Amino acid sequence: METLLSMLSTLPLLAGAAFATISISLVSLVFAFFLGTGICAMRFSRVAPLRWLAIAHVRFFRGVPLLVQLLMLYYLLPSFGINLSSLAAAIIAISVCSSAYVAEILRGGFLGIPPGQLEAARMLGLGGLSTLARIQVPQALRLTLPALVNEVILVIKASSLVSVVGVAELTRTAQNIAASTYKPLEIYFLVGAVYFVINILLARLGVLGERRLAKAHQS
Amino acid sequence: MTFDLTILTHNAGAILGGFGVTLETWISGVLIGILAGLAIALLQLSCARAVSGALRAYIEVVRGTPFLIQLFFLYYGGPSVGLSLEPVTAGILGLGVYGSAYFAEVFRAGFRSIPPGQLEAGVCLGMTRWQMVHRIMLPQMLVIIVPSLCNTIIVLSKETAVLSVITVPELTGVLTGIGSLSFAFLEVLVALCLGYLTLVELTAWFGRWVERKVGHFMLR
Repeated sequence: METLLSMLSTLPLLAGAAFATISISLVSLVFAFFLGTGICAMRFSRVAPLRWLAIAHVRFFRGVPLLVQLLMLYYLLPSFGINLSSLAAAIIAISVCSSAYVAEILRGGFLGIPPGQLEAARMLGLGGLSTLARIQVPQALRLTLPALVNEVILVIKASSLVSVVGVAELTRTAQNIAASTYKPLEIYFLVGAVYFVINILLARLGVLGERRLAKAHQS
Repeated sequence: MTFDLTILTHNAGAILGGFGVTLETWISGVLIGILAGLAIALLQLSCARAVSGALRAYIEVVRGTPFLIQLFFLYYGGPSVGLSLEPVTAGILGLGVYGSAYFAEVFRAGFRSIPPGQLEAGVCLGMTRWQMVHRIMLPQMLVIIVPSLCNTIIVLSKETAVLSVITVPELTGVLTGIGSLSFAFLEVLVALCLGYLTLVELTAWFGRWVERKVGHFMLR
């Protein structure tokens, strides 16, 4: 317990590292969301090769461990003459991997909208774009919000893997502190707690968002 | 940039060994996870509030922290409390703990999906609690959860790659090791991707097969 208290002096360092973890995750999530939306659109495309490409994307990036994808970017790109910083490699790897999951989540959301509504929209003379913007997207977002929040938490957890290529986020900082203080048990406990608090807060935020959307839906 | 398969054929023994360790850690971790998860779900069903609250906290903590941190805690933190584990043992134990929380949630959802009317009927027929669990709940629950069970098993197969970070000589560790020595990263990483894709697709295919089989059993 005493040692745990002495670890409190590392808190400022950990706070900065936690900020790095959150920033890396959020930036990756924004990219993942846009890329995932594109993949999802391709999945519903009338052009068969686009659909196949989207299916291949989802299969590959969900079937290979994120760590392997990360190592692939980090080691392979230099041999093609592209030099990425480890931070850039980390963000690209997480974004692309997460986009496959986001695409599947969104696809589920769009499939969850009753087809009768789309028929009704056509009967009322609504164009494809306004059907999408007014009927499909708002409902798909409401339906998929819990899964999307879950994906945010998964990405926060997965971002710990980028410590392997040397990005100075929470896990890497913990490794450094553990190496310099010889107190791995305490430091990993503390860092685990930091991750836990971040994720709990995100989950709460998600529940609040869900309630809000449900209310907006009812009124 | 050349693609030279001899890098892989020369190290075929080591690569197969690594694949073996991946399978070993994965299957052992899954078995520990399923058994512990089922135990947790059953305890949550039948025990006092305090016990199920503690188990709930365990599940939330395990699911709310990264697997890598859990592994570091176990492997590097363990020795300070006298728990020195071999990398493979720590890996299997870590996977088991990580999986147990997810499996427990899968089982819990399965139990909850059983219509309460059936349990009321069980009570009316004078069944004991245990009889209801193993005659009504377990047989149906095990069929309902097949898809999510498979999904969790697949997730764990990919988590085995993380074990390379604590020096477990599994597929990722062995192949990136070969890559660093030979600089043949392309060959090595293609092999890695193919290895995991095969594992994941085979498991998914097997899961769908089981789903069809047990589905027939449910309809009859």
